[in-house]
Amino acid sequence: MSVSMKSERPSRLFRNLNAKIASVPMILTALVVFVGGTAWTVLYSFTNSRLLPRLNFVGLDQYYRLWAAPRWLVSIENLLIYGVLSLIFSLVIGFLLAAMLDRKIRFEDTFRTIFLYPFALSFIVTGLVWQWLLNPEFGIQGVIRGLGWESFNFDPLYNSSIVIYGVLIAALWQGTGLVMCLMLAGLRGIDEDIWKAARVDGIPTWRTYVSIIIPMMRPVFITTLVIIASGIVKVYDLVVAQTSGGPGIASEVPAKYVYDYMFFAQNLGQGFAASTMMLLTVVIVIVPWAYLEFGRRGRT
Amino acid sequence: MSNPAVLSSTIAGADAVRGELSGPRGPKPRSVLSRRNIFLYGTLFLVAVYYLLPLYVMVVTSLKGMPEIRLGNIFSPPVEITFEPWVKAWSTACTGLNCDGLSRGFWNSVRITVPSVILSIALASVNGYALANWRFKGADIFFTILIVGAFIPYQVMLYPIVIILREIGLYGSLWGLVLVHSIFGMPILTLLFRNYFASLPDELFRAARVDGAGFWGIYLRIMVPMSMPIFVVALIIQITGIWNDFLFGVVYTRPDTYPMTVQLNNIVNSVQGVKEYNVNMAATLITGLVPLIIYFVSGKLFVRGIAAGAVKG
Repeated sequence: MSVSMKSERPSRLFRNLNAKIASVPMILTALVVFVGGTAWTVLYSFTNSRLLPRLNFVGLDQYYRLWAAPRWLVSIENLLIYGVLSLIFSLVIGFLLAAMLDRKIRFEDTFRTIFLYPFALSFIVTGLVWQWLLNPEFGIQGVIRGLGWESFNFDPLYNSSIVIYGVLIAALWQGTGLVMCLMLAGLRGIDEDIWKAARVDGIPTWRTYVSIIIPMMRPVFITTLVIIASGIVKVYDLVVAQTSGGPGIASEVPAKYVYDYMFFAQNLGQGFAASTMMLLTVVIVIVPWAYLEFGRRGRT
Repeated sequence: MSNPAVLSSTIAGADAVRGELSGPRGPKPRSVLSRRNIFLYGTLFLVAVYYLLPLYVMVVTSLKGMPEIRLGNIFSPPVEITFEPWVKAWSTACTGLNCDGLSRGFWNSVRITVPSVILSIALASVNGYALANWRFKGADIFFTILIVGAFIPYQVMLYPIVIILREIGLYGSLWGLVLVHSIFGMPILTLLFRNYFASLPDELFRAARVDGAGFWGIYLRIMVPMSMPIFVVALIIQITGIWNDFLFGVVYTRPDTYPMTVQLNNIVNSVQGVKEYNVNMAATLITGLVPLIIYFVSGKLFVRGIAAGAVKG
């Protein structure tokens, strides 16, 4: 900004100065960390930086190597399985719980408090508790075998083909309460008259939900979807605590790949390329949504 | 992209939670023991048991001795209650060479959480106030970048921040981590405060202006005293969020300044020595205690906070 044309005031820059000073942290965060940091990482993902970042460009080499690495492919596969299932299950369970709490029941506050408390706990605590519960010797498997069912088998954390489902169980325990809360807010926003009208017309309850309520809650579902999805891509602490990526590399996730390559393997270029792929995943999720939500609204 | 609109709808949802959760509406159901009710309450009860089970197992395991754990099953209540695992988890559990228990991590977490919470709320509330009441040209552009930035995976920005912290000499220190928490708390908190301040009656602001109050005077004497509820919500979001953080703790601090979550993970997942499940569970429980207490004390305000804070992921 430059000096204004008819200047009784010295400069436009100094008008409303205090507000600008107050916004300096925001401006620095937005420009330096968010824009600058992201651009920096994307730029350096095209270099062969190892221990230290160096601007020695090697084109798409890091990406070729990334997509040839078995560990990265396992990570992506896990993220897909985990992501799709946790989206479906947390939406379904969250909605069912919210619908049940919305049926004018007693002790609603108590039930809500119980369903939501795991969300207050960190992923580390969640992961460690479920590591203990799924311990094959002492945990759920051990208890049921102890009851006489000797051949009972449930040891997801030690079986590489199903380990990601063990992580999923813990994640759902931790996160469905939040979905339930968002859904409950949505259900409470629906006019009581709609229920009355449906009852007068003799429409069964489940039918009212499927054909009237759920379509009306579309914005709530979309917001929830975006919130869950952006959480899924970031999943890291839960895996670290519950399985440490094991057995072997069976429960690796992209966020852990990034961390390990940047801070352990001293292969920064790989880490940058992997994190850029994570960014791309988020862009793929967010942009169509933003387009649908705001593009349409903008036109009308 | 105008992400702010959707985020504000999230907060509006949170407001709906606050407004509507005061109690079920409409007439009371007629018969308590109808088939529908038995099914409904039965299902809710079973689900509630499922949700409570891990907490219960944590508590009973942490109160048993190791021999009892090896013999019994994880769901049975302790025959002989012992607090030894709690003492051990707090003061002598080992991470690598250090054997001074979780207490060090606990105090590190306190020393990280308190300044982070104060700094992030101070920055974000002043900033939200400037955005709501003293808009200047270009402010909305930066704000939009800030909100969109909240969706960028942290992994993308991890290393650039390492460089920034190293340049200003804060890498590895508690203050570096405080700065990181303040940066990443900014999008959601600024949004929260901006929307709240914007909802306050404009006449107040104008009357204060006429009376000659300036930017800081209005903020300190009118805005802050009028906005205590939103400050409490921000406090809840930040305390639980920062206390539960693992990623930033492990990246930006050194072993002697590790926050509690990192130390807990190192204690439980350490490969050396015999696994002491009771000590592990006691340590896990101690770490979860702070957010749990905040959750049970704050009640509905927490619901408001998480609905807003969920965006932070």
